[in-house]
Amino acid sequence: MAEMTMIQAITDAMRTELKNDEDVLLFGEDVGHYGGVFRATEGLQKEFGEARVFDTPLAESGIGGLAIGLGVTGFRPIMEIQFIGFIFEVMDGLAGQMSRMHYRTGGYYDSPITVRAPFGGGVKTPELHPDSLEGLMAQMPGMRVVIPSTPYDAKGLLISSIRSDDPVFYLEHMKLYRSLKGEVSEEAYTIDLDKADIKREGKDITFIAYGAMVHSALKAAEQLSEENIEAEVIDLRTVSPVDLDTIIESVKKTNRAVVIQEAQRQAGVAAGISAEISERAILHLEAPVARVTAPDTVYPFASDEDIWLPDHNDIIEKAKATIDF
Amino acid sequence: MLQILDENGKVINEDKKPDLSDEQLQDIMYRMVYTRILDQRAVSLGRQGRLGFYAPVAGQEASMIGSHYAVDKEDWIAPGYRDIPQLIWHGYPLWQSYLFSKGHYKGGQMPEGVNALVPQIIIGAQIVQTAGVALGLKKKGKSQVVITYTGDGGASQGDFYEGMNFAGAFHVPAIFVVQNNQYAISVPAEEQTAADTIAQKAVAAGIEGIQVDGMDALAVYAATQKARQNAVDGNGPTLIETLCYRYGPHSLSGDDPTRYRTSEEDDEWEKRDPLVRFRKYLEDKGLWSEEKENEIVEQAKADVKAAMKEVEETPRQKVSELIEIMGNELPYNLREQLEEYRAKESSK
Ligand SMILES: Cc1ncc(C[n+]2csc(CCOP(=O)(O)OP(=O)(O)O)c2C)c(N)n1
Repeated sequence: MAEMTMIQAITDAMRTELKNDEDVLLFGEDVGHYGGVFRATEGLQKEFGEARVFDTPLAESGIGGLAIGLGVTGFRPIMEIQFIGFIFEVMDGLAGQMSRMHYRTGGYYDSPITVRAPFGGGVKTPELHPDSLEGLMAQMPGMRVVIPSTPYDAKGLLISSIRSDDPVFYLEHMKLYRSLKGEVSEEAYTIDLDKADIKREGKDITFIAYGAMVHSALKAAEQLSEENIEAEVIDLRTVSPVDLDTIIESVKKTNRAVVIQEAQRQAGVAAGISAEISERAILHLEAPVARVTAPDTVYPFASDEDIWLPDHNDIIEKAKATIDF
Repeated sequence: MLQILDENGKVINEDKKPDLSDEQLQDIMYRMVYTRILDQRAVSLGRQGRLGFYAPVAGQEASMIGSHYAVDKEDWIAPGYRDIPQLIWHGYPLWQSYLFSKGHYKGGQMPEGVNALVPQIIIGAQIVQTAGVALGLKKKGKSQVVITYTGDGGASQGDFYEGMNFAGAFHVPAIFVVQNNQYAISVPAEEQTAADTIAQKAVAAGIEGIQVDGMDALAVYAATQKARQNAVDGNGPTLIETLCYRYGPHSLSGDDPTRYRTSEEDDEWEKRDPLVRFRKYLEDKGLWSEEKENEIVEQAKADVKAAMKEVEETPRQKVSELIEIMGNELPYNLREQLEEYRAKESSK
């Protein structure tokens, strides 16, 4: 085991798979010689050569098409989109092509592609850099959407994503890149996709979160515990498809749920989950399923983000309202 | 490549020399010096954490000012994130450019009569929009043109080709300027494309294309002026590639150019500095002096100070204001959230 930041764990996962399978390729803007604008790919071109780790011209649609083409010729591409907001340039590649390759060819071809992109607020990036677009991505049948919250999960989930024969959209929260460290095994290990993790056990209320909000939920749970409210915190890890078994089982135990996301309230992952809980466990609920989200505006740059982003206080407030319902 | 001044400020291409009065020549120099100071100040304010996003422009003054000087006040500009100087000279107030940098929505409110789009963050988006603006101007029967800017990296985007192709197909008054400053963050221009020049990409769109020395303000001016005349005369769009250099980092958000550039390369380009070259040219004509230049430096510094003061006095934007500016008519979700956030804000 070694202490790693999330970004180190991500680099380590890519190194592990580049070593493990020579069909793994890594490419994108500035990922080669430069090692990525966040240094996520630092040293990998040196180690594996320009044939396997390389810069592309500046065109996201081109990067996505390249990945699809390499995928059907037997490679296992990891493509980087420099910041999530640039994903719109390659939406056809993702939604119209990559995610339906297996379906369209009756299973003859696959898209064994991992799309990596940083996202998430709290680090004062310019507009169209931090947006939480996982709700949009989650609406693409055929595409998994994975969001780790710890260095350990980041490595295991990324290795699983790279090994997956189906495309995975792997989102890296920018605030988590360097803000926390954790024990990460230096061995290759995988974590099942589609499986949520209970990060804290509790009996009074269920918090369902992912990405950076897992840590806000844990903080809220700690504070509530001082008032004898024990919250269970579920980290979804994969937001599409969501692990409903884990969620429903927890809600049946606690009878209350708060779904937490950094993204805007309209549509999105939290909306889908609260609908599923209502459909599957309404008779177990003591209160309506609550949501903690950002408001329905575009992501504000810099000066406003700390007010705009939901935090542990918002979660505590919603939790108390749910318990007092 | 079109060049008019050599590195010593001597005219080497007399018949291409644009017809500019002494005052206009001085004006171009004035703007370049002023821009260099604005850049130096912005870099230092950025390092102090007093600005938000900023992309340095030193080295690109001739490309920016030379091209912009050739368009009219009524013409339109569709800039990228680095093209703040052209916007300023088009009438966009300095203090608002700082608000834009900080992500304050008031930074995007163009003053009446400034025909400009907000600096674009998404590389390439301004290029397709330019075709639309140009078609709009043509349909309204205006004699205005639209000028848009991107970098060598931007010339790889699909939007770049689509924008030029549309502008060519609709035969509209557009000028596409690619400022080839040699790097797209870390990726050198020769890894961006196998084409010898970016200018030649105009051929496929059926429009005019020209490569110019982007460190030579006269050459950039001459090329843009001709492109504008063509556009106004109904002869369609032009692609101009300006070969230049960005001395600083890609932006102030953590880029380290020493990871992909050598200091020899920096020195090589600094020898072609647009300000030095133009200053020599003007000095030979008796049109420039140190006093004049110092005055401009002081003026620019004072303007920066005043603009920063205005920015620091501008109230921080509220989330409730963001909600209000989402649209003309607020749907129920936003009305509900408006109340919620106003209550939150007043309880703080
Ligand atoms: C669609 C899109 N992709 C990627 C980026 C990230 N990015 C910002 S600037 C840049 C390099 C741009 O280089 P170039 O077009 O040469 O212009 P320069 O910055 O050198 O002026 C990149 C990759 C972006 N802003 N938009």
